[in-house]
Amino acid sequence: MEKLSGASMIVRSLIDEGVSHIFGYPGGSVLDIYDALHKIAGVEHILVRHEQAAVHMADGYARATGKVGVVLVTSGPGATNAITGIATAYMDSIPMVVLSGQVPSSLIGNDAFQECDMIGISRPVVKHSFLVKNPAEIPEIVKKAFYIASTGRPGPVVIDLPKDCLNPELLHDYVYPESVKMRSYNPTTTGHKGQIRRGLQALLAAKKPVLYVGGGAIISECDKQILSLAEQLNIPVISTLMGLGAFPGSHKQSLGMLGMHGTYEANTAMHNCDLIFGIGVRFDDRTTNNVEKYCPNATILHIDIDPASISKTVRVDIPIVGSAENILDSMLELLAESKTSNDTEALEQWWQDINQWREKKCLEFDRNSGRIKPQQVIETLHKLTNGDAYVASDVGQHQMFAALYYSFDKPRRWINSGGLGTMGFGLPAAMGVKMAFPDETVVCVTGDGSIQMNIQELSTALQYDTPVKIINLNNRFLGMVKQWQDMIYSGRHSHSYMDSVPNFAKIAEAYGHVGMTISDPAELETKLAEALAMKDRLVFVDISVDETEHVYPMLIRGGAMNEMWLSKTEKS
Amino acid sequence: MRRIISVLLENQPGALSRVVGLFSQRGYNIESLTVAPTEDTTLSRLNITVLADESILEQIEKQLHKLIDILKVANITEAAHIERELALVKVKAIGDIREEVKRTADIFRGQIVDVTSCLYTIQMAGPSEKIDAFINALAEVTKVIEVSRSGVVGLSRGEKSMKA
Repeated sequence: MEKLSGASMIVRSLIDEGVSHIFGYPGGSVLDIYDALHKIAGVEHILVRHEQAAVHMADGYARATGKVGVVLVTSGPGATNAITGIATAYMDSIPMVVLSGQVPSSLIGNDAFQECDMIGISRPVVKHSFLVKNPAEIPEIVKKAFYIASTGRPGPVVIDLPKDCLNPELLHDYVYPESVKMRSYNPTTTGHKGQIRRGLQALLAAKKPVLYVGGGAIISECDKQILSLAEQLNIPVISTLMGLGAFPGSHKQSLGMLGMHGTYEANTAMHNCDLIFGIGVRFDDRTTNNVEKYCPNATILHIDIDPASISKTVRVDIPIVGSAENILDSMLELLAESKTSNDTEALEQWWQDINQWREKKCLEFDRNSGRIKPQQVIETLHKLTNGDAYVASDVGQHQMFAALYYSFDKPRRWINSGGLGTMGFGLPAAMGVKMAFPDETVVCVTGDGSIQMNIQELSTALQYDTPVKIINLNNRFLGMVKQWQDMIYSGRHSHSYMDSVPNFAKIAEAYGHVGMTISDPAELETKLAEALAMKDRLVFVDISVDETEHVYPMLIRGGAMNEMWLSKTEKS
Repeated sequence: MRRIISVLLENQPGALSRVVGLFSQRGYNIESLTVAPTEDTTLSRLNITVLADESILEQIEKQLHKLIDILKVANITEAAHIERELALVKVKAIGDIREEVKRTADIFRGQIVDVTSCLYTIQMAGPSEKIDAFINALAEVTKVIEVSRSGVVGLSRGEKSMKA
């Protein structure tokens, strides 16, 4: 039998698991693993400039590919720096394995140098974690970690590795397990047949149904099934922020995104529908507004692989636990056998209502202001990339503009921190995507606030030749904070103004990239096209946008789904 | 409403902290908690007493199920069940009160398990309310020095059982 040290077993286990990229940063506790990485070929390590960015990079990689993202950090500060990234992945159910160094077992609990209780500090934001006690267990623990991270409702798994378990002098038998079984972990995948039948009956009986798709639909890769069901039954499709791309945004049955900044037609259709068919959604507070007033006439049918997501915030009438892909396949089979269809006349009437709401044209904006409007930047970006780019975003107004104005036709193209809302996510996530798909156009839509939270990764991007395009919607404000201050705090801009915004183009140049500044609306399209044409260079496009612009629609706090601001002066 | 949730948990380091952490993280209150290995030494059994309405209880059970180390979760209060708690109560016992304390212990079927010239330590097992009543009764006749309660353990009655 092959004999390997703990450190070598880590590297070999990753290779045998099929891992191609690891994102990390070395330090005392993991030097044995780094030495093994140096000796054993087969996996590419990306050296970041900050551990948080390593986790976001692995996260972007995982969101775009559907594979497990892998991170390697050292003990203490390496581990704590990773926490925000892990929490980001946890909130959005992203499959990830984080290997963290730990002080030697004999020093654990002694407040040793660079010691931190990683298992403890990460516990609320991981799906599971392992502390290695015996190096012989490493292959099995790695296998279990990948299995847990990628099955059921995916999530991050931490493996904490005390330094003595990595000792290159001590060799152990190495066999990487083919599969793993755990008596306490068996996620349900196939849905209950009776519930699926009931669900379909309810769907066919509905006169004003909506399909409501979320991040779970992306994870379970059921976009074809959603398309088929929606088209066969002529049902409108509404998406959460996390679900964008699960149904083509340009499809005539798409009403776009719902929620806090959802479209007028999506939010109004939700409020007036008689049946919500939620697929991989979790009815979180940003998508329901006041739950007491939520969709008063709707029967709720809900597919989710996580039973805890069902009836957590909103009471569900017909729950179906399992993988959305399996359940929709069964439902489509039943539909094919079914002798009844839905009430096409009622659906016609429903579409008439919806088309009236669409007439509001809630996404219109002033095109003749003489200023560059953020909406216009995203529209132009969409046009120039044929709606086919991978768009990673940071968090704030620019994120909502990207979600609303870049119509995503394919799943896994929209990469954003929806749950935790982590500023600083965009650039490293875009880089992770670009590393997975070097030939694709990858854009990071960001703002002057967010980009500065992980701007150091421009250095990593140079080292690994990662030519993403950074579109900075620079309004010299923390735009979303300012919008709330405008609307809720009588315009008191407490600490939302960035009066020392740097020259971003020069920063990009200092890091060895191309910097570009746009402030004239007439130049927007040509300069943006020029930036996108530089396929092999990272281009930082700093665009000076109108700082007075707000994101609309915006749900009115405490109201129902159909109560929203449509502009600074108009309410629904 | 008060419920007892019984849990079978892998006897792994850190497993208990995941359970306790879940309660604090999600804002559920624990009234009492007992943990001990079962006849299968790889498993621990927990009995968690909580005050929760139906929908919170449903979430607690589902969230517990999600923890990888947990094998089984059951709300044993939803059907016939037995529950017991053990208490050790140290009280002042001098003069005439000494006899009165002894009588009170006898009435509640408590046993005096430690004696000094001026103290009694009484052991008492039973449902939590009985122990509450006992402690209250003692407090009326003497000074209660110290109370140590085990928290509730429980089992379903009859055929019903929780196996791995």
